[in-house]
Amino acid sequence: MSLDRRSVIKGALGAATLPALGGLPYRSARAQAANTIRIGVLNDQSGLYRDISGPGSTHAVQMAVRESGITQRGINVEVVQADHQNRPDVGSTVARQWYDQNGIDVIVDVPTSSVALAVSTITREKNKLFINSGAATSDLTGPACSPNTIHWTYDTYMLGKGTGGAMVAAGGRTWFFITADYAFGHALERDTTAFVNAAGGRVLGGVRTPFPGTTDFSSFLQQAQRSRANVIGLANAGGDTINSIKQAAEFRITRGGTKLAGLLVFVTDVHSLGLEVAQGLVVTESFYWDLNDRTRAFTQRLGQMPGNLRPSMVQAGCYSGVLHYLKAVAEMGVAAAKASGAEAATRMKAMPTSDDAFGEGTIRADGRKIHPAYLFEVKTPAESRGAWDYYKLISTIPANEAFRPLTEAACPLVRS
Amino acid sequence: MEDLLFEIQLALPQVILGVINGAFYALLSLGLAVIFGMLNVINFAHGAQFTLGAFVAWMLLSWLGIGYWPALILAPLIVGAIGVAMERAMISRLYRIDHLYGLLLTFGCALVIEGVLRNNFGSSGQRYAPPREFGALDLELGDFFLPGYRVWVLIAATTVCLATWLVIEKTKVGSYLRAATERPQLVQAFGINVPLMMTLTYGAGVALAAFAGVLAAPIYSVSPAMGANFIITVFAVVVIGGMGSIAGSIVTGFMLGLIQGITEVFWPEASQTVVFVIMAIVLLTRPAGLFGRA
Repeated sequence: MSLDRRSVIKGALGAATLPALGGLPYRSARAQAANTIRIGVLNDQSGLYRDISGPGSTHAVQMAVRESGITQRGINVEVVQADHQNRPDVGSTVARQWYDQNGIDVIVDVPTSSVALAVSTITREKNKLFINSGAATSDLTGPACSPNTIHWTYDTYMLGKGTGGAMVAAGGRTWFFITADYAFGHALERDTTAFVNAAGGRVLGGVRTPFPGTTDFSSFLQQAQRSRANVIGLANAGGDTINSIKQAAEFRITRGGTKLAGLLVFVTDVHSLGLEVAQGLVVTESFYWDLNDRTRAFTQRLGQMPGNLRPSMVQAGCYSGVLHYLKAVAEMGVAAAKASGAEAATRMKAMPTSDDAFGEGTIRADGRKIHPAYLFEVKTPAESRGAWDYYKLISTIPANEAFRPLTEAACPLVRS
Repeated sequence: MEDLLFEIQLALPQVILGVINGAFYALLSLGLAVIFGMLNVINFAHGAQFTLGAFVAWMLLSWLGIGYWPALILAPLIVGAIGVAMERAMISRLYRIDHLYGLLLTFGCALVIEGVLRNNFGSSGQRYAPPREFGALDLELGDFFLPGYRVWVLIAATTVCLATWLVIEKTKVGSYLRAATERPQLVQAFGINVPLMMTLTYGAGVALAAFAGVLAAPIYSVSPAMGANFIITVFAVVVIGGMGSIAGSIVTGFMLGLIQGITEVFWPEASQTVVFVIMAIVLLTRPAGLFGRA
C-alpha cells in the first residue's frame, strides 16, 4: 500500500477547503456602467438555511427589481448571488471581492449571525450598503450597529419577546435552553432570558450544541428533561430546530407536561416536520404568506419558488428591503447612491416603507426596520385546510412594541 | 456511595444514546474500511451514499408506497448497484495512478449527488415516519424513555457489523478478499477474477452506507446534508481505528459514539471536537491507528 496516512489526512483537508474556493462568484467588472446598481444576494445556498433564504431570496429580489419600475427610469440593475456556507471566513471573502472587484453596491440577505456581523463590518469599511434579512442577532442594531447596515425582517429581541413572552404568560416559569453554539444562538438565548426573568420566570440551565454539524439532539433533550424545567427553549434554527423537535417527539420529552419553545421556527421548517409533529408550537414571524390579502397577493406574484416552497419571512424581507432601497435610489440618483452606502441608508431611513409583504413601516436611526410581529400557533392536521395552511394567528405585537426600544439599545450611533 | 449510584443512573441514558449513535459510526466506518482495504480508495462519496440510501427509502415510500421493511433490503441493493456502476465507469480507471485522484473523484461525486438532491428536494428535509411496530420495543428506565426504534437500530447495526466481520474473516470468499488485498496479482494467477471482486466489494461497501441511511431515515430529517454531517466524524473513526482494519472500525465506531455521548453531558460544546482530539492523540502515539499494522 503506497497510500500513507499523512497523504490521506492532507487530501481530506484539501477536499474540505475546496468548496470554499470553488464557490466564489466570478464576474467581470469591466462592464461597469455608471448607471448600473449591482445587488449581491449573499446567503446559504447549500446548507441548512438554504430553504429559508437561498435561491428563493434571489427570486424575491428579482421581483422587487421588476416591481420597482426602476429600469423604466433608465437605471440598470444587476443581481448576483453567492453561497457563504454559513462560514464567516467565506462570507467575508465574498463580500470583499464583491465590493473591491465586482462593483457591488449593496449586499442583501446574509443569514447566519456570525457571517452577518462580519459582512456588516466590511460594508462599513467600504462605505457600501448592507440590507440584512436573514440573520437574527439583535447586536446588528445594538453594540455592532452601523450607519451602513439596515436589519430588516426580524431579530432575537422580537423572537424572545414573541415566543418567549407567550410561553411565560401561559405558565412556563422555568426554562432550559438548547442553544446553537454561535453568535445567533447566544443572542437568542440572552434576549429570551431577559423576557423570562422580567416576567418572573427562571432559567435553570442550558446546553450549547456545536454548530454546524450536530444531528443528534437526543442527549441534549434528555438533559433538558432531567432539569425539570417547564419549557425547553430551542435557541437554534433550520435543520437544527427540525431535528430537535422531531427527536423530542420521538423521545416523548413533552409527555410530563414539559413544553417545547421553538424560538425561531420558519414556515418551511413546519412544512418539513409535518403538522403531526409540529402542531401546537407557538412561533413568532413578521410575515406569513396567508396572513392577509396583501401577503397572499405578494405570494401569488412571486409565482413558483425554487423547490416549490412558499416564501419565508427572510425571502419576503429581501423583497421588501430591495424595493425600498430602489425607491431611495430613484430619489437620490444612481451616482449618489453608489458613492456612499451610508447616504443611501440615511435616505432609506427618511422615507416610510410600504409593500405588500410587511405593510407600512419605518426604519429607525439604529438601522432597525420597524413593523408588527405576529404570534402564530401551528394548526393540527384536522384544522389545516390545504397545502401550506399551517398557522393560526394568536395575537399581533404592534410595530412600536415588537422591537427593542431605542432607549434600551446599546447602539453608539443613537447615543451620539 | 449513594451519590455515585445516582450519578450512574443519570449517566446511563447518555451511555445508551452514545452507543446507539456509535452504531451509525460503526456501520459507516465499516463500509469505508472494507472499500479502503480492498480497493485502496478513500471513498469520500460515502456520506452521499448514506444520504442516497435514506432518500431511496423515502422515494420508495412516498412515490411507490413501499414501506420500511422492503426498503431496508431494496435501498441498499439499489444504491449498491449505483455504486457498482460508479466503480466500473470511473473509479476502476484510477487504480493505477496516485490514490489522491480516487479521493478527489469520489469527493466530486459526493458534491454532485448532494447538489442534485438539494436542487430537487431542498435543504429542510423530508419526513419518514418510523414504522409503528417498534412501539413494542419501547423501554422505560425510570424517567428515561428509550424509543423502540433506537433499540432496533442498535440490534440491526450490531448484527450487520458482526455478519460483515464474519464473512471477511471466517469464510472462503473472505479469505480470497483478504488475499487479494495483499497480493492481487498472485490471487489473479490462481484464476480468481480480482477486478470483479473489487467491483462487488465497492458495491457492498456502498450498500452498507445505504443500509445505515435507511436506518437513519426515521430518526433524522431526510435531507441532502445528513451524510455530510456524519462523514467527517466517520473519517476520524477510520483513522483512529487504523486504516482498513475491519474489527478496528467497528470497535472504534461504538467507542467514539460512547465518548461523544458522555462529552455531550460534561462539555457539550466540545462534543464534536473530542473526536478530533482523540484522533490527534492516536496519531501521535500510535500512527497506524489503534488496530492497524504499521
